[in-house]
Amino acid sequence: MNHQESLYHFALQMGDNALILGQRLSEWCGHGPVLEQDIAITNIALDHVGQARSWLQYAAELEGKGRTEDDLAFLRPEFEYRNVLLVEQPNTDWAYTIVRSFLFDTFNYFHHVELTQSTDPGVAAIAEKSLKEITYHLRYSSEWMIRLGDGTELSHDKMQQALDDLWMFSGELTAMTSLETSLAAAGLAPDLSGIKPLYDGRIAAVIQEATLEVPSGAYMQTGGKEGRHTEYMGFILAEMQSLQRQMPGLKW
Amino acid sequence: MNLEQQFQARIDQEIKVEPRDWMPEEYRQMNIRQIAQHAHSEIVGMLPEGNWITRAPSLRRKVALLAKVQDEGGHGLYLYSAAETLGISREELIDQLHEGKAKYSSIFNYPALTWADIGAIGWLVDGAAIMNQVSLTRTSYGPYARAMVRICKEESFHQRQGYEILLTLCRGTQEQKAMAQDSLNRWWWPALMMFGPNDDQSTHTEKSMNWKLKRKKNDELRQQFVDVTVPQAEYLGITVPDPDLKWNEERGHYDFGEINWDEFWQVVKGNGPCNKKRMNDRIKAHEEGAWVREAAMAYAEKRQQRKLQQAS
Amino acid sequence: MSKDWPLWEVFIRSKNGLSHKHAGSLHAADAEMAIENARDVYTRRNEGVSIWVVESRHITASNPEEAESLFDPAKDKVYRHPTFYDLPDEVTHI
Ligand SMILES: [Fe+2]
Ligand SMILES: [Fe+2]
Repeated sequence: MNHQESLYHFALQMGDNALILGQRLSEWCGHGPVLEQDIAITNIALDHVGQARSWLQYAAELEGKGRTEDDLAFLRPEFEYRNVLLVEQPNTDWAYTIVRSFLFDTFNYFHHVELTQSTDPGVAAIAEKSLKEITYHLRYSSEWMIRLGDGTELSHDKMQQALDDLWMFSGELTAMTSLETSLAAAGLAPDLSGIKPLYDGRIAAVIQEATLEVPSGAYMQTGGKEGRHTEYMGFILAEMQSLQRQMPGLKW
Repeated sequence: MNLEQQFQARIDQEIKVEPRDWMPEEYRQMNIRQIAQHAHSEIVGMLPEGNWITRAPSLRRKVALLAKVQDEGGHGLYLYSAAETLGISREELIDQLHEGKAKYSSIFNYPALTWADIGAIGWLVDGAAIMNQVSLTRTSYGPYARAMVRICKEESFHQRQGYEILLTLCRGTQEQKAMAQDSLNRWWWPALMMFGPNDDQSTHTEKSMNWKLKRKKNDELRQQFVDVTVPQAEYLGITVPDPDLKWNEERGHYDFGEINWDEFWQVVKGNGPCNKKRMNDRIKAHEEGAWVREAAMAYAEKRQQRKLQQAS
Repeated sequence: MSKDWPLWEVFIRSKNGLSHKHAGSLHAADAEMAIENARDVYTRRNEGVSIWVVESRHITASNPEEAESLFDPAKDKVYRHPTFYDLPDEVTHI
């Protein structure tokens, strides 16, 4: 794989993370626990879908086959989606939603800080623009971790449960794939082993302030970054792609 | 002049009523009812369109629809806030809704079945709402009028995004155009019903007009809506489902057919296709959010306590 | 059993150099949340560069029944306005 191809796959991976998490978060719109948070979570969903567009537009450009952001978002088969398993996990309730976002946002933040230094100007520019949004996402999900972890007994238990259940999907965030290794060697994307201690430290600090416990001993699931997904993914795509699949090739 | 006459005199001079001003109890209650009904409509209105966010056929449409439905949430929030200045809490208002004691616009009890419905809702439902809301920017109660000004500014993109969806469909394949026609067939009459019963049937109209709570009558707004919307349908190349629709040169307005008022009242009474689903969705969100709201409050109190302890 | 979030008043500075202006209100459990909610609710369209929030119960308002005695006296203090003073047109920059 040459650099151009590697970057294309990387842009897809970044775009898919944002797209699938945005898709999940947007399911909350109209159903939030209180009006103000309904609006807040939708703002965050909008940020993610916006970032997905930037990455997928860039991927389409790198691919150079005349495909568009929508072709990439709506017309790939499941095994070509490169998002991490974490983001495709269902909303379940506000606790799972917050924990999922918190784990992802923490990684996403440190990752983007490094990506602004990418030797590829396209990657650096998207990272720079997204970083402001992601900084806010991390603040938001961290505050909610603490608020609910240290809230009532009920909320504490729900948060711990969500954390325990989602934990096995967190390892994939910092586990390097061969694609990421080769990109790191070229300075196009960061070495994730450099991010891992920052990520671990931040996660631990917030979990502690939230009076929760860091789950231990979970066997970490991986595969999303290489196109092997959980059972949820098929349903997400069935819904998201439905119109484009029913009536292919049209303008909407 | 007694208080009530002084109040009316100020209204007649277009002086806005502000929260702490003296007002007749009936004025207060009518305002609460109207603003709450309006707020509930915004919130329930998020549901039919919200159904399509995860299925929007392009990323551009997805962000537009997300932003649009989110705006409706914002509108609900501004309006609940306006109602709260009259001495009722949001919690009470929401309870009234969930207990079936408060109304919301019946239009949202119709289903959004196809993507074209997202176009039709933006074009017709937001279009009808805007017509009403523009007139309400001059309503006599200050906080309500200010909320309306803000809302009207935000609404302007809603109707355009809806019309653009239909325009794209109408310029597309036969199948897409048929989808657009079908959505107009289903949404046209409910949209006309949004303006409420004919003025001679409407119970509160006169008082409402005198107190400038309402600025235009139902039939006047409905006519205005028909007049501006029919040419827009013609431009799309789809047909308004009303055989009696015809330009009346003499009146300078369109004549249109009789609304099915029996259907209107049935839907108002709870017998529309989606009344139960809409209410169940709202109640579910509220109940499932209870532990979140409680926990956030508990945490805020704990932290306040800790701050006080640190200070002492 | 549910305890409702208190009401907050939101003030937004639309750009540097202007004062904060009342934008509306919202519910939040604490001040931090109120700021964030205000950002999401009242600055979605780039309406602000700075936000103040204050819990509504801390606001003291003047009584509208006293409005006449409070505000009408200022109406006839015309001498506080520059147009009260007659100067010939030839005098400039004043
Ligand atoms: Fe609205
Ligand atoms: Fe709207």
